[in-house]
Parts: sequence; structure tokens; C-alpha cells
Amino acid sequence: MDLTLHVWRQKNSKSDGHMEIVEAKDVSEHSSFLEMLDVVNENLLGQGKEPIAFDHDCREGICGACSLVINGEPHGPEYGTTTCQLHMRSFKSGQHVYIEPWRARALPVLKDLIVDRTSFDRIQQAGGFVSSNTGSPQDANALPIPKPDADKAFDAAVCIGCGACAAACKNASPMLFVAAKVSQLAILPQGKPERERRVLAMVDQMKKEGFGNCTNQYECEAACPKEISVEHIARMNREYFRAAILEEPEKQGHGGD
Amino acid sequence: MNLDSKIPSGPLEEKWEKHKFEMKLVNPANRRKYDVIVVGSGLAGASAAATLGGHGYNVKCFCFQDSPRRAHSIAAQGGINAAKNYQGDGDSVHRLFYDTIKGGDFRAREANVHRLAEVSRNIIDQCVAQGVPFARDYGGLLDNRSFGGAQVSRTFYARGQTGQQLLLGAYSALNREINRGSVKMYSRTEMLDVVVVDGKARGIIVRNLITGEITAHTAHAVILASGGYGNVFYLSTNAKGCNVTATWRAHKRGAGFANPCYTQIHPTCIPVSGDYQSKLTLMSESLRNDGRVWVPKKQNDKRTAAEIPESERDYYLERKYPSYGNLAPRDIASRSAKEACDSGRGVGPGGLGVYLDFADSIKRLGEDAIKKRYGNLFHMYQKITAENPYKTPMRIYPAVHYTMGGLWVDYNLMSNIPGLFVLGEANFSDHGANRLGASALMQGLADGYFVIPFTLPNYFANEKFEPVNESDPAFKQTLDEVQTRTTKLLSIKGNRSVDSFHKELGKIMWDKCGMARDKSGLEEAIKKIPQLREEFWQNVKVLGDEKDLNQSLERAGRVADFLEFGELMCRDALHREESCGGHFRTEHQTEDGEAKRNDDKFCYAGVWEFKGDGKPSELHKENLTFENVKLATRSYK
Ligand SMILES: Cc1cc2nc3c(=O)[nH]c(=O)nc-3n(C[C@H](O)[C@H](O)[C@H](O)COP(=O)(O)OP(=O)(O)OC[C@H]3O[C@@H](n4cnc5c(N)ncnc54)[C@H](O)[C@@H]3O)c2cc1C
Ligand code: FES
Repeated sequence: MDLTLHVWRQKNSKSDGHMEIVEAKDVSEHSSFLEMLDVVNENLLGQGKEPIAFDHDCREGICGACSLVINGEPHGPEYGTTTCQLHMRSFKSGQHVYIEPWRARALPVLKDLIVDRTSFDRIQQAGGFVSSNTGSPQDANALPIPKPDADKAFDAAVCIGCGACAAACKNASPMLFVAAKVSQLAILPQGKPERERRVLAMVDQMKKEGFGNCTNQYECEAACPKEISVEHIARMNREYFRAAILEEPEKQGHGGD
Repeated sequence: MNLDSKIPSGPLEEKWEKHKFEMKLVNPANRRKYDVIVVGSGLAGASAAATLGGHGYNVKCFCFQDSPRRAHSIAAQGGINAAKNYQGDGDSVHRLFYDTIKGGDFRAREANVHRLAEVSRNIIDQCVAQGVPFARDYGGLLDNRSFGGAQVSRTFYARGQTGQQLLLGAYSALNREINRGSVKMYSRTEMLDVVVVDGKARGIIVRNLITGEITAHTAHAVILASGGYGNVFYLSTNAKGCNVTATWRAHKRGAGFANPCYTQIHPTCIPVSGDYQSKLTLMSESLRNDGRVWVPKKQNDKRTAAEIPESERDYYLERKYPSYGNLAPRDIASRSAKEACDSGRGVGPGGLGVYLDFADSIKRLGEDAIKKRYGNLFHMYQKITAENPYKTPMRIYPAVHYTMGGLWVDYNLMSNIPGLFVLGEANFSDHGANRLGASALMQGLADGYFVIPFTLPNYFANEKFEPVNESDPAFKQTLDEVQTRTTKLLSIKGNRSVDSFHKELGKIMWDKCGMARDKSGLEEAIKKIPQLREEFWQNVKVLGDEKDLNQSLERAGRVADFLEFGELMCRDALHREESCGGHFRTEHQTEDGEAKRNDDKFCYAGVWEFKGDGKPSELHKENLTFENVKLATRSYK
């Protein structure tokens, strides 16, 4: 098939970007979207033009690196699919395809279709963990976890941190991303001791990064390639209010000896 | 080259405990005086950085992806082994040790493998404490599945995305340390060289992949956890960015490279569909728990799977290996698939495929049960092939998956360059000539959580360190060399793309140094690769700027290293005149086509020393001694 691509080109974070038209000829319907771009890039190189920069690594839908807005939709038209798993059979010959980077103030463009997502890491660093030292914790089976709880925690834990939720949201809110971690650890007994501190710190960091807040439009759920449910946002909101009420300023000072 | 393995004395079961006690410690107040560089944020790197940071060392961690969470470990699907014996089916530390030694075709060090089996149990405890959501049964206890090369159920899993959950656990531990200030993370930063000062590894040279700036970092020790080199084949199940650069550059600075020819070809991957193909997708080995592998008995059978009656199907693994059946180890299952296809009985386009059929299991357990176990894998298969594996059997074919070879390390995971430690897939230590399924995750986390935190302090406590800084001559010189090379890649301005060179190299490697190898093919490859390398440096075309984000430039550097490394791989394969594990020399096989080892001549790790560009590398040997298991011909019949 032949396609007309409209691609966002931007030299670096300091320069302005623009849409550029690139023709993609003889695309195999069996190739993936990124393989289509590989072929386009080889052709651009042949013409002495710089290839289009885009993030990718695993190409199996699990690392969360790929990140394109395709015809206005993060990760393109297929439900529950990352860009790297999107295949060209979802497109028709002659179609115009618009390819843009994630757009949000807290996810600035670095080059072409690549954005800076370190804000996502900083949100996790603020509290997305269980404070357990490496050493000799108790035997893994000492604390049975009811299967429904384990499964629910798992459903949240599948988040790949790609950023599609924030890219899809009119408020540029990554609430689904934050909620997935808060919810996973709030459900599991291991996460309970720090649950108040965690949710407050993560939400606080999210705001500091310049992301917007959630107004329950659920665009994120529709865009999430891992089909994470907004139910986790609801759980996170409960966690947040509970924590805001419970959390007292930490007492200062050390022990007696 | 000094290859003292430093295996502690004493009975096998007591070596590690005894060694832990005898090693020196660094007192908590002194730890922050030591700077540690960790290259890599996969299971091995993240677990090491988090633990060492937690202990109070000053840690800097590097990865080339935009976030440490995206290291290739994230893609591991099937599971992680541990000798917990939760299923009460006869597992033990000794059995895991034995299975791993045997699976590796008796080409690994006994002491290392035993330690791995011992600490495997702690890993599961550690991960559960971090909140890793492993699969559980209805009683709330941890569930297990079976993997190839084992007759017990010892594999812990998290649906079909175990690597993701384990890595996110290690990533969260890393985040905690970043938050506390003990680890500083450098993402989108690629290590391009090691700096050796007075014989010790004292730092690295890196390129910032956003600004293109090349800088030096000093440390008291450098830990490489940079993963495997499967992408030398171009097409593999590895992520696109996986590379040999970190270990190859260390090799060129003096680190021995052990057994580079040991590569693992995984039997269950989705077959190649066209020349645009950029990578191959693994279908987890766990599928062989419930799927049956078959091909038609007749050659060139063009009927669909459904049209071929039961009596005309050859379930060749069950036929040839009745006691392990579909769970025969990877090297054996891969070679059998190749044989079936070579004999004209392959299925699908080009005849390069065999069926993996779930019909019986679906009949026995129901579609729902199968969906629960493998839902995401079936989903992935359907996405890629547009075929529904619940209705028609999957088509699979072997693909490059894992590399057992790597930098040589002693029992303490230190290379022959003092202060340069190597963890995870990047080292050669535990899997011999073939790795068993679900053992790489185990090894990465064992190295990072439970070995390096003991052996690194011992190194610090026994060494005296001169102060170094970035403006010392050794740092300046190494940095200059990296700079010159980077500039050179951009200045060639030739006519061929980086990818076209990589594809050509990959084809040579797959044809001549892939699933089956022979003398004449390897000799041919050893002639062709230097020619291709020569052409690369004359004719590669890399556009864009040096001081900018430049993905072609990044790839060019990696492919340049593969073009050197591929030759060494072929040389290693050529010299090893035997078949063992993933290394199958067609000249050395039994009458029924099984690998034929030569223990008299080749019971050693082959360790290569770099002697200068254009000069032949020198082979050194670490002899392997087996005191606790008897060298036997592997049989899975
Ligand atoms: C598809 C697939 C499925 C698998 N499934 C399983 C399984 O079910 N069970 C199992 O046990 N094993 C499995 N494996 C194998 C296993 O996943 C890997 O061997 C293991 O995860 C490697 O971990 P690592 O920490 O050594 O390296 P990696 O996870 O590859 O990490 C390498 C790190 O090094 C960094 N790096 C590399 N080079 C540089 C450089 N030059 N500069 C800076 N940083 C650098 C990268 O950024 C990355 O952070 C699978 C492998 C594949 C390909
Ligand atoms: S490239 Fe890894 S999720 Fe798409």
C-alpha cells in the first residue's frame, strides 16, 4: 500500500517544529508501524535527509518506549495496542497518516517524535516503592495473599509507563499512571505500611512536574495500551483523601540512645 | 592473562557460606567514600545499584534508554526458577544445581552454579517483599509452572510478563535509593569505554545521547551489567538497542572474553515474515507446558493444519525424547525444528516453521484456562500474524535469544581487570554452553542482590586506591579516542546505511555461526567479516550532528563493535572442535544427530585476549573440574 505521512519534525528542544509530508510507498500490510517507519527512514537517508527520530526498543509492547500520536490517537487506532505492535493492516492504501509526539508541558519534545519522560521517573522516585532492604525477608509463602487481591494488584502493575494516558488527556494528567502504582501497592499487604506517605508524595510530585489534574474524562483508559481500568484512579482518590486526613507531620528527633 | 577462578576451598555446599564469612567488610561510615559505577539498569544492574546504594556506597547508574525501567529484562516472559520446592515434587538446591550443570552441557563452573541455586530461594522472598505480584493459587500461596530441562515445577511467574514485574520491583528499589540520594541515575547515557589506571578499572567514558556531549566519570570500581550480544545476528528476540559495546570496549582494554560462540537459539519464536522485519518475537517456552509441537509426516504437505489427520502428524519431540517430550531443552528443541524443516516438512510461508498446537489442552482444560495462563502471549501472536491460536495451531521457528558467552569473571564476579565486575547476561559464568529457561532472571538478580554486595566490599577492603580525576592522562586519552571515533563515523559520508551493514553481518552470522556450524562455513565468515568491516569504515552513511540526539550515530557505533565482535565469535566457534549445548558443529554429532562433546580436549572455558586491532586474539583456557557431578552424555530421552 502507499501512504502519505505527515510527520512532526523538530531538530531539538530549542528549535521550533513543523509538520512535513513524507511519502511511504509499497508498504507491506504485514509490517509493523515502526517497521514501516524504518523503511521510510532508509529512503530518507538515501535522499540525504535525516531520518525521523522516534523512541522504541523492545518492539513487543512491553518496554513502554514507543510513543506516537497517530491520527490524533496515542498509539494509533487499535485498542489495547502499543505503536510497536500496531500493524499496517490497520491502514488503507492512499490514506493520510498524521504522526506526532506526545504533547504535554511536562513531556517536552527532544527531537522529532521523541519526548523527555523523566518526569515519570521522578514521580516513581517520590514514593512508588516498598522500603524493604535487600537481605533476608521472611519466606515468600509466609504471608498468603488472596488470589483476587493478587490479581487486582497485577492488573494495575502491568503499566508500562509509556505516557499515553497523559498524552490522551485534555488536562495532560498522568493520573492513570500514578494510580496504577498507588493502587498496586495499596492492595498488597507489603505496601500497606507506607500507603499514606506514598500517595501524597507521588501526587505532589506529579503537580510539581507541571502535569494537570484528573477531571474524570477517561480518555486515558481508552488510550492505555495495557487496558488499565480507571477503577484504579477511584481507588487512588480514596487513598489520597484517607491519607490527607490521617497523615500528621512526622515527629522529629531520634531515639534515646 | 591471569585466570584464577578464586573458587573457595571446602565442600561444594559450604563454599559460599564460608567465603561470605571470610571476606572483609567495609564499615558503614567508610562506605560513602567509595564511588561505584554501574552500567546497566536491567535486573542485574538495577538490583546491584539499589543494594549497594542501600548499603551506603556512592553509586552512579547508567542506561541508554530514557528510563531505567525499559532495560531489556522487561521483556522476559516466562518465569524465574528457584529451588523452593513449594510444590513438594522433589526439588532441592542440589537438583537445581544439577539440572543447570547438565542443561549447560557440563561447560560451567560447579561452584558458581551451586551458589546460584542456593541464593535462588532468597530472590523470591526479596521480590515478594517488594510487592512483585507473582501468580498465586486459590489458597493465596505462590504458584509454579514447569520449564524445559527440568522434571519439577520450580518456575515462579507473573502471567506472561515475569521480567516486567521483576524489573519493576528492582526499579522501585532503585527509585527508593535515588530518592534517598545514594544512587544518581544517568539515563539516555551510553558508555563507550572503560578507563584503566595503573591496571585497575577506575572509570568510564560516556556520551550523553541528548546533547552528544562526551564526558568521563571516575570511580573505585566499575560494574558492567549491560546485557547480552544476541543482536550481532541483527534479527533476534532482543530489544533493538541491545549491544556488545560495553563489554567489547572493556575487552579491548584487557578484559578476557569467554566462550563468545555459545549462543542460544530459542525454539519458540514467531517465524520471519518479510525483509522489512526488524526483530523476532519470542513466544515463551512456558507454552510448551500445554502446547504440542508437530509437523506433517509427509514432505511438502500443503494442506492446512486442520486437514492433516492425527495419524499423519509427527509429534517429533514426544517421539524422540519421550521422557521430556515437548519440554526438551532449548538447544535440542531448536535443532529438531531445523531438522524437520530441512527435511522439507516445515509449515507456513517458505517452509520455515513448525506447529505448536493447543487443541488438546483446550479440549482438556477449556479455552478459559488457557487464556488465563497465556492470554497475553496468544494476544501478541494474533496481533503479529493475524491468526487466532485458539483455533489454528501457532507457527513457530527458532530465533537467536540469549548469549551464554560474555566477559570472563572469577567466583567474585570480577573480570581479569581488577575493579571491573561483570553481572547478568554480560558475564559468562553460570550457564555453560546452554541456559535453561527461567534461569537468566534468576542469575541477574542473584548477581545483583546477593553476590556483588558481598564481593565488592571485599575488593575495596583489600585494595589501596590512589585518587584519580577526570583530567588525569588516562582519562583524557581514552576520552580523546572515543571522541575521534565518534567524529570519524560522521565524517565518512558514504553510500550505505548502518542497517544495511548490520543486516549483512547478521546474515553471515546466522548462516555460518547459527544453529549449526562447520569448519568451511566458519572460515568463510572469518574472511567475509573483515571485508565488511573495512567497507563499513569506508562507506557508511551517517547523517545528523554529533552534538545532538542522533540515533543513526548511536547505531553506527554499536554496529561497528558488532563487526569486530562477530569475527571473534566465529573464531571461537571454529576452534571448539566439539558440539556442546548451543554450539553445534555438524562434524561432531552422534549417529542419531545429537551433540557430541569432547571432554578430553574441550572441558574448559575458552577465554580470548585482545592483542591489538588487526592482530589475532590469543586463546587462554580455564580448565573446568567436576568434583561433584559425573561428566555424562546429556540424555533427555
Ligand atoms: C524476549 C525474551 C524473553 C525472555 N524470557 C526469559 C524468561 O522467561 N526467563 C528468564 O530467566 N530469562 C528470560 N530471558 C532472558 C533474560 O531476560 C535476560 O537474559 C536478562 O533479563 C538480562 O538481564 P541483564 O540485567 O543482564 O541485562 P539487560 O536487562 O539487557 O539490561 C542491560 C542494561 O544495560 C544497559 N546498557 C547496555 N549497554 C550499555 C552501554 N553501552 N551504555 C550504557 N548502558 C548500557 C541497558 O540500557 C540496560 O539498562 C528472555 C529474554 C528475551 C529476549
Ligand atoms: S517498543 Fe517497547 S513497548 Fe513499543
